[in-house]
Amino acid sequence: MKLTRRAFIKSNAVAAAASVAGVTLPLSNAAAADGDDGIRWDKAACRYCGTGCSVLMGVKDGKVVASQGDPDAPVNKGLNCIKGYFLPKILYGEDRLTKPLLRKTNGKYDKNGKFEAVTWDEAFKTMAEKWIAARKAKGPKGVGMFGSGQWTVWEGYAAQKLLKAGFRSNSLEPNARHCMASAVGAFMRAFGIDEPMGCYDDLEHADVFVLWGANMAEMHPILWSRLTDTRLTKPGCEVHVLSTFEHRCYELADNGMIFEPQTDLAILNYIANYIIQNKAYNKAFIDKHVNFTKTPTDIGYGLRADDPREKAAKNRNKGKLTKISFEEYAKSVEPYTLEYTSKLSKVPKDKLEKLAKAYADPKKKVASFWTMGFNQHTRGVWVNGLCYNVHLLMGKIAEPGNSPFSLTGQPSACGTAREVGTFTHRLPADLVVKKDAHCRFAEKTWKLPAGTIPRANGKSDDADQSDISGKPMGPTLIHAVAMHRALNDGKMNTFWVMCNNNMQAAANMNDESYPGWRNPNNFITVSDPYPTVSAQAADLILPTAMWIEKEGAYGNAERRTQFWRQQVGAPGEAKSDVWQIMEFSKYVKVKDVWPQDLIAKMPEYADKSLYEVLYTNGQVDKFPVEQVTDSRGNKYANDESADFGFYVQKGLFEEYRLFNSAEGIPKKGHEMADFDAYHKVRGMRWPVIDGKETLWRFREGYDPHVAKGEGVKFYGKPDGKANIITAPYEAAAEPPDKEYDLWLCTGRVLEHWHSGSMTRRVPELYRAVPDAVVYMHPKDAKKRRLRNGALAKLTSRRGEIVCKVDTKGRNKCPEGLVFVPWFDAGRLVNKLTLDQTDPLSKETDYKKCGVKITRA
Amino acid sequence: MSERERKNEINRRQFLGNMLKTACGVGLVGLGLGAYSKRASSLPASYIRPPGALPEEEFLGTCIRCGLCVRDCPYDILFLGELGDQVPTGTPYFVARSGPCEMCEDIPCVVACPTNALDHELKDIEASRMGLAVLVDQENCIAFHGLRCEVCFNVCPLRNRAISLDMQHNTRSGKHALFIPVVHSDACTGCGLCERACILEEAAIKVFPTHLAKGELGKHYRLGWEEKEKAGGALVTPDTKHHYNLPDGVRYELQGEGLIIEGEAEDSPFSSNPLDTLNSGFMDK
Repeated sequence: MKLTRRAFIKSNAVAAAASVAGVTLPLSNAAAADGDDGIRWDKAACRYCGTGCSVLMGVKDGKVVASQGDPDAPVNKGLNCIKGYFLPKILYGEDRLTKPLLRKTNGKYDKNGKFEAVTWDEAFKTMAEKWIAARKAKGPKGVGMFGSGQWTVWEGYAAQKLLKAGFRSNSLEPNARHCMASAVGAFMRAFGIDEPMGCYDDLEHADVFVLWGANMAEMHPILWSRLTDTRLTKPGCEVHVLSTFEHRCYELADNGMIFEPQTDLAILNYIANYIIQNKAYNKAFIDKHVNFTKTPTDIGYGLRADDPREKAAKNRNKGKLTKISFEEYAKSVEPYTLEYTSKLSKVPKDKLEKLAKAYADPKKKVASFWTMGFNQHTRGVWVNGLCYNVHLLMGKIAEPGNSPFSLTGQPSACGTAREVGTFTHRLPADLVVKKDAHCRFAEKTWKLPAGTIPRANGKSDDADQSDISGKPMGPTLIHAVAMHRALNDGKMNTFWVMCNNNMQAAANMNDESYPGWRNPNNFITVSDPYPTVSAQAADLILPTAMWIEKEGAYGNAERRTQFWRQQVGAPGEAKSDVWQIMEFSKYVKVKDVWPQDLIAKMPEYADKSLYEVLYTNGQVDKFPVEQVTDSRGNKYANDESADFGFYVQKGLFEEYRLFNSAEGIPKKGHEMADFDAYHKVRGMRWPVIDGKETLWRFREGYDPHVAKGEGVKFYGKPDGKANIITAPYEAAAEPPDKEYDLWLCTGRVLEHWHSGSMTRRVPELYRAVPDAVVYMHPKDAKKRRLRNGALAKLTSRRGEIVCKVDTKGRNKCPEGLVFVPWFDAGRLVNKLTLDQTDPLSKETDYKKCGVKITRA
Repeated sequence: MSERERKNEINRRQFLGNMLKTACGVGLVGLGLGAYSKRASSLPASYIRPPGALPEEEFLGTCIRCGLCVRDCPYDILFLGELGDQVPTGTPYFVARSGPCEMCEDIPCVVACPTNALDHELKDIEASRMGLAVLVDQENCIAFHGLRCEVCFNVCPLRNRAISLDMQHNTRSGKHALFIPVVHSDACTGCGLCERACILEEAAIKVFPTHLAKGELGKHYRLGWEEKEKAGGALVTPDTKHHYNLPDGVRYELQGEGLIIEGEAEDSPFSSNPLDTLNSGFMDK
């Protein structure tokens, strides 16, 4: 826009005057002439959150020129949130990365050099050299990859094969570790199978909604509009909201509660106690479908082993369940009286009682929703479980409207991270590397010699697995937070971060992440479409094709798998994650990373590359390249297939289905339809058997795995019963003290997605919420001689940041707690946070650490 | 480059100096100015006066075109009308879309005004009435279509007072809610932060001078429910008790829901689900 100021003001004035007069000005000629002629519309799952809205993207001349919410999508019926409204713009930020960039000095790689453009060949050669050396020198934990719940299904699957089978390393984690691991842990402990039993239709069928540490109004905007609609239109519907500060959901709350951080543990036990004391529990359901258990207590906080808090913990990291009786369970929750719980949580008694009554009323259908408040919690697995306890006591589970519902943050935290199992301990379809039989099944499916995949303890058939390092394999599991520690300690030397921004996202940046990445012994690769904080801290940056620049699939929070076609090309030399993973594997030979005795089991693999062994194994490369065409005859490119010479996505997905849908699989319940079927629908909710989707699991009539006459069956467990797991309230790791006198809680805002690498490149979203602010109580501000809009310095034991104070905005904190969003690369709040985790799920707690605030 | 930055490109000090000279010159030809200002007494809709500005006629008579308010605005949002502008030469204004009032608590522009054209009685910025935000384009505001935007609501400095959200059923989708922004004139200061933040290419919410923005109810008419609330009860004597011919099990609430068929509430709407029957056995205590 090169208008003069005067011309600008005048045209503005004309427009304004016209709108006052109610006149509609015609569109400018250029825009009108363009019209919608020649736009090709095709569906895609929204790029952002776990809601899984479907959008239609309009492409003309190879560029996305238009978008709309998909009116035929059952989740969103044509609606979008403000991020979804701007989806086309995330592809076209001016600073897209288009060439691989390597730090160099005088033409050679140098950890302290400046980024220079290199060819893909040079990038991968450099990388392979580092990876092979690290793998040989440091064993299975010498290399590591950090992926994403925003990976497409096949990207996660290809990565899993590369790390676990190719490099024989379990050092693969997704950013979903920071997001959903506690939910997973609780699903496995209570039900023996991952992911919610309900679906979004619960939003219309419940009478009572309870939000536990979920700001759905901002983080699941379209689901919130469904919940709101039910509240508006259904007689008797009530909404209970619990959080450690007041957020936008309180605008709808019939019973809004602010609790002292960590006391959600006590509140849930109080509800259980209330149900038992009033004999409101569903005895028939409990007798048939529930086991009672307890979990070890005083388990630490996932900090480094030499931390005094870890040394003091009696049962550090322990989680083995012990069976107890109903009476023992009842006794365990007895201390959580109304009096005690109200005092501890600071929630008024009448509000707590109102909440307990809602759960205990047999006539009311209750849906509980939670997200990061429960999951990013040093007792996250416990607190997820305590919520299941309440639902199980009442039998309010696995039927329309009665639904404990763990919402997902990311678009494919379920579909990729969890279902494909891109965690250190997992394999596809709920299999785990701890179990020899599961590893053997995976090896057979992948046509690999038995013993290829590293077992959790490094032993197969009670014998040490051999390793290229010449030492026994040893324990192989390493979770996300431990990866940064290992980089910092020099135990892990190569690290590949893909489809996420972990330098900005991981806790305790100053003490762990940054020194780990910049450790001179380490080689860090970051694949990203944009120059993020992570890219800035990397040694090699790989330019990435994003979202609809590739064929993709996501799985949302209600088990809905959604596919899309490649709708546009990527800029410059940018390549998709799946291409990068597969192409890189060509640079590593089997003999570079496998020991002789393993190769001896399949000598024909000796001289092959990992690419040949993993991806041209007769299965992945089974489907020839085909012209991707929709039912209307529109043609689509598929860059990966063109490059590799077979239908990459189809081959990977169909091999993946051997884990969840073939005969004789170890764990049933994750069945999916074939590849082609998904391109024809707005997603299907698994298990999909004989083309039929499953809406509610574990319930006869709804779930094909529950036989006639069984009623309810939690078939993830061998005896078909779910676990009620008692766990007490235990204090947080770093509560405020005299010096660091405030709780710091971090999170998101509606307008920005995660670290803002996409949404902050949309000018309108940036203008709407340009910078992160610290939300705080006016009295807390005043005490520190601060007021709304003033600059404040936030200091924790680990670092400091400066940002503006907000005492009037969307989040209203109680005295003693402040909230800072983490989207802002200009205010890195994770310099302040503590790298504490749930000792069981290893998920970071970003919601509770001590800070002090002064005038900047 | 944004409009704002482009504006700031003009050397600000120089510009102000020139304006001051012009203002003095204009002062000498007072008659001509008078004629001009009369013509422009109704400001263009997008030109908003700074906080505390007297009513337009009075303001034009009091403002000496000194530019001190412009000088003291810490956010550089104020400009002086230039010759040929639709705003009287030398008088201050801002354009909300490119630079809204940031609502300084100490209101430096008012403090700087030597003549009270910006009323020194204004001590609380939230009491200022620079204009009034109006959601002018309900056709294009995406909230009216059910999209989850609410940016204007979220940036409004008088949270939930100047703009609130009216939640309504979305009859098109059948299962979502609409979150409709509603501006309240008793709280809106006309700062324009909402207009700047509106994510549409042309803002759907705009700040206008109050006289352009506000309707007026017929002087004779009162809203009955508001009058009743004000009076603390009915203005005329309530009815004596009503009696109805009704079959057994049926009640009639005059002021409530009307006809009530007993028993209907209990089994609807939840028993339509066959699973309730499955569960009823379990509930038997």
